[in-house]
Amino acid sequence: MNNRYELNKNLAQMLKGGVIMDVTTAEQARIAQEAGACAVMALERIPADIRSAGGVSRMSDPKMIKSIQAAVSIPVMAKVRIGHFAEAQILEAIEIDYIDESEVLSPADDTYHIDKTGFSVPFVCGAKDLGEALRRISEGAAMIRTKGEPGTGDVVQAVRHMRLINQQIRTIQNTRADELYQVAKDLQVPYELVQLVNETGKLPVVNFAAGGIATPADAALMMQLGAEGVFVGSGIFKSGNPAKRAQAIVKAVTNYNDAKLLAELSEDLGEAMVGINEQEIALLMAQRGI
Amino acid sequence: MAITIGVLAVQGAFSEHITTLKQLGVHCIEIRKPADLASHPLDGLVLPGGESTVIGKLLQELALFEPLKDLIEADLPVLGTCAGLILLAGQIAEDNTIHFGTMNMVARRNAYGRQLGSFQTEAEFDAGGKIPMVFIRAPYIESVGVDVNILARVDNHIVAARQGNMIVTSFHPELTADLTVHQYFLNLVQQKAKTCIA
Repeated sequence: MNNRYELNKNLAQMLKGGVIMDVTTAEQARIAQEAGACAVMALERIPADIRSAGGVSRMSDPKMIKSIQAAVSIPVMAKVRIGHFAEAQILEAIEIDYIDESEVLSPADDTYHIDKTGFSVPFVCGAKDLGEALRRISEGAAMIRTKGEPGTGDVVQAVRHMRLINQQIRTIQNTRADELYQVAKDLQVPYELVQLVNETGKLPVVNFAAGGIATPADAALMMQLGAEGVFVGSGIFKSGNPAKRAQAIVKAVTNYNDAKLLAELSEDLGEAMVGINEQEIALLMAQRGI
Repeated sequence: MAITIGVLAVQGAFSEHITTLKQLGVHCIEIRKPADLASHPLDGLVLPGGESTVIGKLLQELALFEPLKDLIEADLPVLGTCAGLILLAGQIAEDNTIHFGTMNMVARRNAYGRQLGSFQTEAEFDAGGKIPMVFIRAPYIESVGVDVNILARVDNHIVAARQGNMIVTSFHPELTADLTVHQYFLNLVQQKAKTCIA
């Protein structure tokens, strides 16, 4: 692995224990930074609105992303469609800090993900299981997040994905060395990555929770399940009091084991985003990407 | 006598510092709230890398700011890396924010630009030979007061310094296998511990 990839994994390490918030304007970005976000995700529409608007959802206008870069000092991330390497080239040209190759946008390629090793800027990718996580890492992803189900305010899928990834890691840790070759074939991933998971008992990159996190309790749940930080998309700016909710989620991620503090943080936050159950939605974004 | 180091654990790369310090046989405590400070007397404090805006804010909101500032001012040895350097800086260039502000220097945040400006290099540390240095959206020190010793420079910018009980680096010693900076910090911790007993 080259030096640039190491530096890109290192930036994700600096984000650990933090909250990355979706923002659509420079003003929201300032509110997020002020509330304690460790990075912001710049996008034109938050997932809940993408979901209700329908149609094809694409990379955001670079002008809008640049206005957010100018407004805050924390890292700025932005999304590209799965497989859309030209959108990624554009984001690299405006010196984005992290690219999210995201199932939230409409996929541009139903077979191939972006060859992320060809880029200098880092990528974060979503995963539902360990096979997906390791495939993205072999393509050059420097950070992983659960897919969850974006724009729903329903945490059930993020929980399912985080539990599954960690169960699969524990299984591999307890697998005999001569059986790891078959595990690699079953998961459709390089043997070397399986061997690494067997030795270390964790992913070789930082792993955040994402998709459906709406409350301090949701954030604490994901941290206790092994997430190293959280993404909050629609949950903040679709709620009654975004600044207060954002601050509460930031503190919940730091003190995820302190139930007394979590109780205080959960008080009087105003209305949470309404949310939709996974059974009620026609489009499962988590199914996008392979 | 086992040494106990408190590692500020509100956000960022604190677990990497703990892993490194454990290799050096040190007992570490994660500091997340004031009660953690009361659990065991500390021989030293690490302020890790992360986002300084986040860490600075959480210090205030979790009521850690005053007790930690008191400890630093009472001469507790401190190692601040990257965001930790920003927390200790007496002044931040083009920014009115001051956190602990205990160290006589002017620091510049994100001095090398965005993530594309992050880099790794090797340079002399405290005239003791070259060590690997990883810079991630790093700051550097623009200028220091007369009471501050410069420990390392890269491309004519100050990237490590010491003033009394405070050691700062704009790079991340916790991200490489090299133990030089942590050992340098522990030497200071041991010196102070001896003076206290005497």
